[in-house]
Amino acid sequence: MEALDLAGLLLIGFFAGMLGGLVGVGGGVLFVPGLVIFLGESQLEAEGTSLLAMVFVAVVGAVRQGGYGNLRLRDGLVVGALSPIGVAAGTVLANNVPERTLQVCFAVLQLYLAYGLARRALRSPTPSRGANG
Amino acid sequence: MSERLARLAVIGTLAGVFSGLFGIGGGTVIVPLLILWMAYGEREATGTSLAAIAVIAALAAGAHALYGNVDLVAALMIGLPAVGGVLAGTALQQRIPERAVSAVFAALLVASAVALVL
Repeated sequence: MEALDLAGLLLIGFFAGMLGGLVGVGGGVLFVPGLVIFLGESQLEAEGTSLLAMVFVAVVGAVRQGGYGNLRLRDGLVVGALSPIGVAAGTVLANNVPERTLQVCFAVLQLYLAYGLARRALRSPTPSRGANG
Repeated sequence: MSERLARLAVIGTLAGVFSGLFGIGGGTVIVPLLILWMAYGEREATGTSLAAIAVIAALAAGAHALYGNVDLVAALMIGLPAVGGVLAGTALQQRIPERAVSAVFAALLVASAVALVL
């Protein structure tokens, strides 16, 4: 492995973690291409490896946010524990609905959520913290 | 089942569908749904999302490991700098307005939607 590849890997890892901490995602969106480009892993191998790296990021990030008072652990664990139902449902969907249809449907859902968040961001600068505890 | 629990169940299921179908971490749906649907503040939503992702990713990584698709050394090489990154990212997040997180996330969702369709 060349020094340049190592540097690229470390750099993309850092930015993936930074994105994860900033917006609460796992960083897989950067890990997977990073592992493919700089380590030459296959797509499948990169996805598996990325998931393990995401565990490190998510655990450390959640603990850190817990320290800042920004973690509702029980809710997070409920969401996480129920996700295998979704994975199973996704497998059924993938086998019965054309991939293109699924991609378009989920892209529309993401755009709808983006619209909601953008409206919220523009609407008011006064967050009502704790109002919905 | 309380309505609250039902909503968490829907969010967890959707996150699972996303990660199962497209290999996208559930975070792209968990964070906006916690904010828009459960009246979470941005910081709480991201912290809670990370806890959920820890569970989802651990389960999925375990499944991939059974098929020999997890490279531990590579995961450490990219994951250790990422731990440094997440410490920096969470620290930075405490210093910016909560609404800015929503704005960044909206942009991320648009980019993800475009990537999904292209």
